[in-house]
Amino acid sequence: MPFALETVGATVHFGGIYAVNEVSLRVEKGARHALIGPNGAGKTTLINLLTGVLQPSAGKILLEGNDITGLAPHRRVGLGLTRTFQINQLFGDLTPLETIGLAVSERMGSGGDWWRVAGSRPSVDKQIVEILERFHLADVMLERTATLPYGKQRLLEIAVAIACRPQVLLLDEPAAGVPEDERHEILASVAALPKDVTVLFIEHDMDLVFSFADRISVMVNGALFTEGTPDEVANDARVKAVYLGEDVVDE
Amino acid sequence: MIGPGSGSLTAAVAYHLARRAHWRGLEIAFWAITLLTIFLLPGKHLILTEIAILGLFALSLDLLIGYAGVLSLGHAAYFGFGAYAAGLFAKHGIIGEPFFALLAAGLATAALGFATSFLVLRGSDLTRLMVTLGVSLVLREIANRYDGLTGGADGLQGITVAPLFGRFAFDISGHVAYVYSLAVLFILFLVARRIIYSPFGLSLRAVKGNPLRAAAIGIGVNWRLVWIYTIAAAYAGIAGALLTQTAQFCSLDVLSFDRSADLLVVLILGGTGYLYGGLIGAILFKLAQDWIAGITPQYWQFWIGLTLVVIVLVGSERMAGLLGPIRKLVQKA
Repeated sequence: MPFALETVGATVHFGGIYAVNEVSLRVEKGARHALIGPNGAGKTTLINLLTGVLQPSAGKILLEGNDITGLAPHRRVGLGLTRTFQINQLFGDLTPLETIGLAVSERMGSGGDWWRVAGSRPSVDKQIVEILERFHLADVMLERTATLPYGKQRLLEIAVAIACRPQVLLLDEPAAGVPEDERHEILASVAALPKDVTVLFIEHDMDLVFSFADRISVMVNGALFTEGTPDEVANDARVKAVYLGEDVVDE
Repeated sequence: MIGPGSGSLTAAVAYHLARRAHWRGLEIAFWAITLLTIFLLPGKHLILTEIAILGLFALSLDLLIGYAGVLSLGHAAYFGFGAYAAGLFAKHGIIGEPFFALLAAGLATAALGFATSFLVLRGSDLTRLMVTLGVSLVLREIANRYDGLTGGADGLQGITVAPLFGRFAFDISGHVAYVYSLAVLFILFLVARRIIYSPFGLSLRAVKGNPLRAAAIGIGVNWRLVWIYTIAAAYAGIAGALLTQTAQFCSLDVLSFDRSADLLVVLILGGTGYLYGGLIGAILFKLAQDWIAGITPQYWQFWIGLTLVVIVLVGSERMAGLLGPIRKLVQKA
């Protein structure tokens, strides 16, 4: 069985700086795969590579065994590869209702309909309702997104990605900056995803990583440093030295 | 969580997604008054025709700037192309009937818009400004150079426009021209309105707001922009064709940079992104032009320039604050 997502020698360099250096990452279907590493290790760059925002200088990207290296970002979404952003990327002038509506109608193939009033397709509306309820966004669905509290925006950030009904979901620090008491809402939404949905996530909160992940990859200086089960990584002396050690020094 | 409430939530979702498309009282009033001008202001039909054409041209640019966030400094390229197309159709008797000639001019301009969209939509705002400007300058020089076809600097002479639908001849006081222009404007306004409030229209606002995210939820950003650019070009071409048909003349002036720049002034006066900005801007612009030119014929541009400087200094934010309540009325009433 092919891996849900795989990179083969993926490399990105900006001039002489190698942000991602020959990374061969394999994510199994249905995995809860964490990608950790110190700041500047190239984790977000790798996500940008996987989603097509950046083109690799060398190497390949495979989704379910199919080469998607040259595919435009929106085509990858159509194939089931969706992401969230480390810093919210939302439509400030639109409402959560419209934002989720866009994602749902795009997925259902009616996002380009130009001779039909928005909201006039019951099958789309039904799915929008489902997402709004699942993420507790119904009560703010008519507010301008830019005016929502940060926690709600973060929730919307994830809701939009899930509205695309991904097979592989890439989460870039999903809980970053979210107050403690709103965190569980975001985590619960991710935990509630069907088991066959593959999740690859970047996270700095180690409690979260170890409670959620069944596989962990460690990136350092643009390269894959090591990979293993949470236990293996937790007990790896080199990881402690290189990653956790640096982290301690940082703080 | 799918409880007894979700039935009404589904209804609310459908209602609120479609709500923008509902007709508001002020909109109906706007068009009712516009219709009344046909009967109440028969002596003003010449300038009203100019306003209708400028309004349509501005609506075209509003589709780009206000909805898709694509800036253009050379929109006259498409206006002028449509104008010359209509002129050549009439002069050489290729398509005699004006309405069909208008459609053909619109289609031809759409084709030009489609072809050039791939150049224009590359790069950032500044690149787009330069490329749109470049396209319009190139087109103007082509029109200037091939004077055998276009009449060059002398303009396209000898255009006779046949009666509309074979029945309504264009008269000297411009009654037929006004009703014709207004009808075309209204129909194209309805079409634009329909497009803007469709899922496609919503996706344009998403592309304008955040192209990175738009792509990340599966929207093919480039193609959406190509289509709206093509549609906007067609609208501009039809506006240009209307000018040629109603004026029975066409000169290099239709492709001039001034025309593109004036159009931006119109949109600054009227505002963007609510469909009526171009129309209201066109009314303000033409009336101001007419009024100031009546007082000081030479210095009309001085006053327009001063107005612009004031608007920009007062700040578009504050202008939006000033116009905000009015806009809300239009959108919600």
